[in-house]
Amino acid sequence: MNEKAVNIKKEKYIRHIVKRDVISKKKAWFIRLIAVVLSLLVSAVVIVGITKENPLSVYGGIINGAVGTNHRLWTTVREIVVLLLIAVGLVPAFKMRFWNLGAEGQILIGAVASAALMIYGKSIPAPLLLTLIIVCSMLAGMLWGLLPGIFKAIYNTNESLFTLMLNYVAMQIVTFCIVFWENPSGSNSVGIINAATRAGWFPRAFGNEYFMNIVIVVVITVAISVYMRYSKQGYEIAVVGESQNTARYAGIDVKKVMIRTMMISSAICGLAGAVIVSGASHTISTSTAGGRGFTAIIVAWMANMNPLGMLLVSTFLVFMQQGSIQIASQYGLNENASDIITGILIFFLIGCEFFIHYRIEKTKMEEM
Amino acid sequence: MSTNAIELRGVTKRFGSVIANDHVNLTLEKGEILSILGENGSGKTTLMNMLSGIYFPDEGQILIDGKEVAIRGPKDAFQLGIGMIHQHFKLINVLTAAQNIILGLSGKSRLDMKKVNKDVSNLVEKYGFDLNPEEKIYNMSVSQKQTVEIVKVLYRGADILILDEPTAVLTPQETEKLFAVLRKMKEAGKSIIIITHKLNEVLEISDRVAVLRKGSSIGVVKTSEASVESLTEMMVGEKVDLDIQRSKPKSPEKRIELRGVNVRNIEGQDVLKDISFVANSGEILGIAGISGNGQKELLESIGGLIPIESGEILYYPPNDAPVEKLSEKTVQEIQKLKISLSFVPEDRLGMGLVGSMNLTDNMMIRSYRGGRRFFADRKSPKLLAEHIVAKLEVATPDVNTPVRRLSGGNVQKILVGREIATRPNVLMVAYPVRGLDINSSYTIYNLLNEQKEKGVAVMCVGEDLDVLLQLCDRILVLCEGKISGIVDANKSSKEELGMLMTGGRKVSSK
Repeated sequence: MNEKAVNIKKEKYIRHIVKRDVISKKKAWFIRLIAVVLSLLVSAVVIVGITKENPLSVYGGIINGAVGTNHRLWTTVREIVVLLLIAVGLVPAFKMRFWNLGAEGQILIGAVASAALMIYGKSIPAPLLLTLIIVCSMLAGMLWGLLPGIFKAIYNTNESLFTLMLNYVAMQIVTFCIVFWENPSGSNSVGIINAATRAGWFPRAFGNEYFMNIVIVVVITVAISVYMRYSKQGYEIAVVGESQNTARYAGIDVKKVMIRTMMISSAICGLAGAVIVSGASHTISTSTAGGRGFTAIIVAWMANMNPLGMLLVSTFLVFMQQGSIQIASQYGLNENASDIITGILIFFLIGCEFFIHYRIEKTKMEEM
Repeated sequence: MSTNAIELRGVTKRFGSVIANDHVNLTLEKGEILSILGENGSGKTTLMNMLSGIYFPDEGQILIDGKEVAIRGPKDAFQLGIGMIHQHFKLINVLTAAQNIILGLSGKSRLDMKKVNKDVSNLVEKYGFDLNPEEKIYNMSVSQKQTVEIVKVLYRGADILILDEPTAVLTPQETEKLFAVLRKMKEAGKSIIIITHKLNEVLEISDRVAVLRKGSSIGVVKTSEASVESLTEMMVGEKVDLDIQRSKPKSPEKRIELRGVNVRNIEGQDVLKDISFVANSGEILGIAGISGNGQKELLESIGGLIPIESGEILYYPPNDAPVEKLSEKTVQEIQKLKISLSFVPEDRLGMGLVGSMNLTDNMMIRSYRGGRRFFADRKSPKLLAEHIVAKLEVATPDVNTPVRRLSGGNVQKILVGREIATRPNVLMVAYPVRGLDINSSYTIYNLLNEQKEKGVAVMCVGEDLDVLLQLCDRILVLCEGKISGIVDANKSSKEELGMLMTGGRKVSSK
C-alpha cells in the first residue's frame, strides 16, 4: 500500500462548490455587505481611472451629490420612494411567477392619466382632483396590466413578451399626447403643467414637497406586505406561483387569481406614474418612467421581495445614481458615467447571490 | 487479494446540524450486485450522491479500485466509471433516446448520429434492453425512460452502476425485465449497487445486502443467509409485524356510483371508457392496472379535477341526504358543499403539496378558505401540522421547514395525514406508499384501515398486488381505460389480477 501511495498525486487541499442548505440571515446580509464594499472599490478604480482624482474626493463628490444639500437629499429620497413603489408593485405578480416586464408601460399610462387630469381638470377642487388623479392613474395602469393578465389566464400567452411589447404602445400613446399638450407650442414637450396654479400637484406638507409621495409609498408598501403574508388572497398567489396543479387540486380558481393579482400589480405601477407626474416632475415625456420599471425588477429580486430589503437596495442604487450624476458634472463626464457605476453595482449585487446559495469548501485529503 | 470496486472508509456527511452519514464503511466487490437497504432518511441516497459527485464528503476516504480518489463533480465520477441512475429522470423530452444519451459528451465537431444510434443499438442488444434509440422521450413509458438512463451511463463506459430505487416506478413485469438486464450486466463484469426498500426484490437480485440505519452502517449480510424478517429487524432495529389486519366491512352503504363514465384527455383520446361501479362505505376498493391505464384519470374525474365527456358520477351522502351529482360540480363547489373527497395525487410534490412552503402553509391548502375574514388563519393549521408530525412520527426539525427538504416518506405522511384530517366520507389515494420503506408503508396501510373502520369509503390505486390483495376488500382492474373486472380480494390471486391487467379475460362480477 505504501508503494501505491507514492504514485498518487499529492493534493493537500481540494476545493469544491457546495450548495448551502440553509444560510442564516446574518450571514447572507454579511455577504451582500462584502459585495457592496467590493462594488464601491471597483467603481472607485474606474472613476479614478477616468478622472485621475483622489478616490476619497470622488466619494466625497458622490455623497455630496446624493445628500449634500437639502434639495439633493430630498431629490434622492423622492427617487428612492418611486423605485420602491414600483418594486412593491411587482411583488404580487412575481410571487405568482407572472413575469410582469411591463411596469414601464403601466407607469407611463398612469402618468398619462394623471397629466390629463391636471390639464383638463384645473377647475375641479383640489382634494377631489387629487383623489381622481390617484384613482384614475391606478385604473389606467390596471387596464394596461389587465390585458396581458386576461390573455395569459385564458389563452396562456407569454406574459413577458406581452407586457414588454405593451411598453412600446404606452410610449407611443405618450408621444401622441405630447402633440396635443405641447406647451409652449413648437417645443415638442409638455413643459411644467399648471406651474402657476399648482392644480393637481401633490400639496406641500410640513414644509416638504414630497411628503405625500412618501406617505403613499409607505402605505402601499405596508399594505402589500400584509396582503402577501397574511391574507387568503396572498396565500392563493403563493400557491398558484409554486404549482398551478396544486392550486387546481386545492380548488383555487387559477384564472381568477391570475387576473386579480395582475390588476393589483399593475394598478400600483400606474399609481407610481401619478407619483412621478403629480408628485415630482409635474410634466410628462416618453422618459417619464426612465427605465425604472426595469430597475425595479432587480430591486425586487435582489431583496427577495422583502420590503425592508427592497428599501435598502433601492436606497443604495438611487444614492449611487444621484451621486454619480454629480461626479459626472463635476469632472466633465457625460451622463453615461452614472450608468457605468450602476452597472458595476448591479454586477456585484447579482454576483453575490451565488455565494449566498453556494459555498466553496476546502477539504484536506488524508494521505494513505 | 482482489481489489474492491468501491471502498468507503469512515465517510461522514453533515447538513447543518443533521448528520446524514456517520462514519460509514462499505465495500462493493467487483462483479457483484449489492443492495443498500434502509429506512427513510437513513442516508442511502446521500451516500450514493457522494459517489456520483453531487455531494462531497466532510470526512473519510473513497477508494475506487483500491486508489483513493476525490470526486468533485459528476464528471469526476464518470471518469472513474461510476454512473448513477436517479429516481427522478433527467431527460429532455423532445430529444430522442440516443440524443439524450450523448448529451453533454464531448466529441468531434461533426456529429455522426447514425454511428451513435448504431453504438446505442449494440449496447441495447448486448444487455437485452428494450429500446429504440431513435424514439423520442415523450413517447416513452416510465420504464423505457429508465432504460435510457441506464444505457446512458453504460454508453459513457460506466463499470459501477448505482440505481436509486429503480423499481419504485415499475410494474411487476417491468421489474422482472430490469432484473434480467442487471444480471446480464453483472455477468459482463459490472458492479452494481441498488437502493431499494422492497425486501423481496433485495432477496431476489442481490448478492449481498448492506443495511443503513440513521446514517450509520449496521452491517453487511450475504443475501443467501438473509430473510425478510432478519433484514427488517436490521433495518428498523426491532421486530416488525408485517401483517395487515383486514376487518370485515361493517354495514357497507353505497357512497359513490359511476354510471357509464367516459373521459377524454386534452389530446382527445379516450382515457376512460364506459366506467360503471360502486364504492361502498366501510370498504377499501383497490384499483389495479398497469400504470397509465386510466387509474389517475378515474380518481381525478371523481375529484372534479378533470371534466367527463358523458355519464354521471353520483355521491350518496351519509344519513340519507339527497344524492349529489359530482360530475356537474367544480372542485371548489365540491368543497363548499362539504363533500369530503380527499385525494392524494400520484405526484406528491407536483400536485398535493407546495414544496417551498412549510408544513403549516401546506396544511392550509385544504382549510385556508374557512371563515369570512380577509386574513387567513394560521393557528389551527399549525396545530394540525404539529399533531400530524407527532402522530405519524414525521422526521422534521419543526413545522416551519419547507416540505421540499423532507424525505419522500415524510412528505407522503404529511399529505395523507392532511387528507385524513379533513374527516372525509370518501378517501381516494393513488400509490400511497410509492417509494416508501416498510415502516412508513405500514403506517399508511394502518391509516387507511382506520379510515375504513370509521365508515369511510376508501379507494386505493396501488401497484404492489400482494399488498392490494391483503389490504382491499374488492379490487377493480383497469385495462386500457375499461374495467376488465371487479374481484373479491379474499378469493382472488395475483395471477388472476395479472391476467385482468393485460385484458386477458373478461370477468363479470358484482
